[in-house]
Amino acid sequence: MSSHYEAPIREPLVLGEKSYHDITADVSAPVLGKANKSWWIVFTIALIAFLWGLGCIIYTVSTGIGVWGLNKTIGWAWDITNFVWWVGIGHAGTLISAVLLLFRQKWRMAVNRSAEAMTIFAVVQAGLFPIIHMGRPWLAYWVLPIPNQFGSLWVNFNSPLLWDVFAISTYLSISLVFWYTGLLPDFAMIRDRTKSPFQKKIYGILSFGWTGRVKDWQRFEEVSLVLAGLATPLVLSVHTIVSFDFATSVVPGWHSTIYPPYFVAGAIFSGFAMVQTLLIIMRKVSNLEDYITVLHIEYMNKVILLTGGIVTVAYITEYFIGWYSGVPYENYTYLSFGAATGPYWWAFWALIICNLIVPLTLWVKKLRRNIMWTFFVAFIINVGMWFERFDIIVIDLSKDRLTSSWAMFQPTFVDIGTFIGTIGFFFVLFLLYARTFPVIAQAEVKTILKSSGENFKRLRAEHGDHVDHNV
Amino acid sequence: MYTLPNKVKLFSIILMVLGLVGIAYGFFTVPSTIDDVEEILAAENAHGDGHGSASGKEHAAQQEHDANFVDVARGQEGYAENALKHEKDVHMDGHGDAHLEHVLHQMQSKPWSATFVSAFFFFMLALGTLVFYAIQYAAKAGWSPVLYRVMEGITAYVLPGSIIVFFIVVFAGTHFFPWQNEELVANDKILQVKSTYLNFPFFLIRAIIYVLGWNLYRYFSRRNSLRQAEVDNYDPYRKNFKISVYFLIFFILTEMMMAWDWFMSMTPHWYSTLFPWYVFASIFVSAITAIALVVIFLKGRGYLPFVNDSHLHDLGKYIFAFSIFWTYLWFGQFMLIWYANIPEEVTYFIIRIQEYNLLFWGMLVLNFVFPILILMNSDYKRIPWFVVMAGIVVLVGHYIDIFLLVMPSTVGAHWSFGITEIASIFFFFGLFIFVVGTGLSKAPLQPKGDPFIKESENYHY
Repeated sequence: MSSHYEAPIREPLVLGEKSYHDITADVSAPVLGKANKSWWIVFTIALIAFLWGLGCIIYTVSTGIGVWGLNKTIGWAWDITNFVWWVGIGHAGTLISAVLLLFRQKWRMAVNRSAEAMTIFAVVQAGLFPIIHMGRPWLAYWVLPIPNQFGSLWVNFNSPLLWDVFAISTYLSISLVFWYTGLLPDFAMIRDRTKSPFQKKIYGILSFGWTGRVKDWQRFEEVSLVLAGLATPLVLSVHTIVSFDFATSVVPGWHSTIYPPYFVAGAIFSGFAMVQTLLIIMRKVSNLEDYITVLHIEYMNKVILLTGGIVTVAYITEYFIGWYSGVPYENYTYLSFGAATGPYWWAFWALIICNLIVPLTLWVKKLRRNIMWTFFVAFIINVGMWFERFDIIVIDLSKDRLTSSWAMFQPTFVDIGTFIGTIGFFFVLFLLYARTFPVIAQAEVKTILKSSGENFKRLRAEHGDHVDHNV
Repeated sequence: MYTLPNKVKLFSIILMVLGLVGIAYGFFTVPSTIDDVEEILAAENAHGDGHGSASGKEHAAQQEHDANFVDVARGQEGYAENALKHEKDVHMDGHGDAHLEHVLHQMQSKPWSATFVSAFFFFMLALGTLVFYAIQYAAKAGWSPVLYRVMEGITAYVLPGSIIVFFIVVFAGTHFFPWQNEELVANDKILQVKSTYLNFPFFLIRAIIYVLGWNLYRYFSRRNSLRQAEVDNYDPYRKNFKISVYFLIFFILTEMMMAWDWFMSMTPHWYSTLFPWYVFASIFVSAITAIALVVIFLKGRGYLPFVNDSHLHDLGKYIFAFSIFWTYLWFGQFMLIWYANIPEEVTYFIIRIQEYNLLFWGMLVLNFVFPILILMNSDYKRIPWFVVMAGIVVLVGHYIDIFLLVMPSTVGAHWSFGITEIASIFFFFGLFIFVVGTGLSKAPLQPKGDPFIKESENYHY
């Protein structure tokens, strides 16, 4: 596909004097080693949060949706906010894997595995909400068009909530397949390296007998490319469909045609912020600083800047068109003068500060390459994007057309507990993943070692572009 | 060095002269009074021309039928009629022979609209190329630096193109922008509210800022790019990287306002938040297509030996991808408005579906179905004539797209595709060839000194 030549002006993506073996050893170390105390502490906390959330869910389903803070005006609040937030986070994973693959970005190789894992775990959290926010979740299977005894009573295909069912389930399955295919060579690597017969058995099964023949690799590459080509429109359409939940309605503020691309941009924005949050910790605790370098963090910050900029332009558009439309109802939408000064002013300004103002600091190269600052900004963006969804849903619903049905929303402990529970569940899954999966796609990183490895770049600088590198 | 062949030069001049004559004809044959309009409509009626006849029961029945198709679909009578009436009110003065006067205005707008559609279409090829060029710099692309001179050649058209478009939008007045009619605004509360934004001085200032900004970037990036070939450090490249990033920010904001100003405000009651990005998608995909066509043309004549079929493949992929992206935005806007069916918003599509039916749906075939089928196969993307074929279809499709942005808003049902429309395509196509050809011949086509040029020359996919 490409030669080993790379412009000297590009910064190295793999630091240190790495050989192929070093990569294998570094990536497999966390899987082959034992968990330390702090892992167990964090895991326990996450597990408790998860169990608490599970309790909240069971309480909701067995008692009724009334235990949440919803009212007759605001029928969607934390449930759908969290749903959209989690789905949005899930998008960066596929973006890194698929879109960056299509754009031949070599830096994706160090981050794609964890980003995809994050996608899958985030989509699992998201997938809970459409079920548990139902009044009668035990009839959830009615959303599927299955022939039945009610004279074959079918679903109405006009509802975006039904499209959600198809979108999310397709998205989860394609992401899983995409992720798993990429894992085959890496599972095979663990299989071949482990000394424990139990691990050998497990990874032998997981790696599907991968032997790495030329023909296998050729097909592997083709499948990756095709899946990337399919996943890219998928990632755009899934969040588009999620945005249709609002945009197809006639609620002022919800009915806005910019929603599809704007939600997608916001999803990438929030997703990358979550990847930053996770990887900054992971590179430290798993000793992967040579692979997930400051350059990777800077690149991700640039994507955050780009998508944050697009989201900002969309905010400006929403605000402007809300005024330009001349429709009086538009003055109570989530981006309007009314929202900035109304009862939800704090949510409006939380959105502006977290999504617009704080990320602007990333324009400064020093801050963009500062790991602590990046971690802070990424956290703030995650908060801000939660507020964006909350604002869209709750502010727009709270003051709709009839003043007699204006209302405020107050979450109960069950709303909050369920959300905390999904965060706990997410980290339970992610922590288990970090201990059992090769968190960096070592097979892929090896393909860029000679073009983008620090030592090889130095060799080329000293001896010219055509020296033969033998490791 | 490339030199514009005399034959091509002559060809472009002939096109321009023919075009000018045709455009002048269009402006001279415009009806000037209501009586003229009556005559024209009567003649059209005699020919049995479906759209645009004014009198007769038959016609009224036809019109009612046209208007009711939405009612039938919606199961509610009078809905579409009210929506359309609401739309027409914006254009009408509301006294005397209101309908005929309305038709007169539309007919007078015709040559303006025809000229504007072509002027903007060819200008957007250059403008979109400028954006693509800036993105290549900002993304530190390793495959495209060999194409920089070609892109710079195309963007030579930004200056003349933007000036012409600027003068058309500034002098078109109420032909395009009903909100510039003071009498109308005086009777329209909604337009009064909007007049803080939609007023002529501010409109003019904004247009000057857009045109100035785009041209300044083109001027400085070209200068830095040429200087990079002479110096032995990367300073000009670094400068270009920086200004490209700032230009892209400037562009996304000005493009948004440009779309509001020059297109959306033609129907000043209508609004759609997605609209600017939709216009951008059209600009962008047509520009990439133009780059590909120019590259194939020059390579076919042996001027670009350092460009290989992998570069062509990448351009083909971009045409493919952004055709789909355009369709995505088209669908996003259309479907949401269709689904919610809010009277103020659906007018935009009702008139396009009723009066421009074939163009409206045909455009989708040209801009989506065709490229997705033709450019899916990766071998085809390396075959020049395949890309040329797909490219021509895409360009025709996006001409129709611009046509549909403008015509329904300015001339309404009284559109046709005749001498003025063809002549204006001739004129601007000729001008485009002439300016781009001259632009390409001003510097060697092989860029030198760019930090990624070697990656680009050795690029194989």
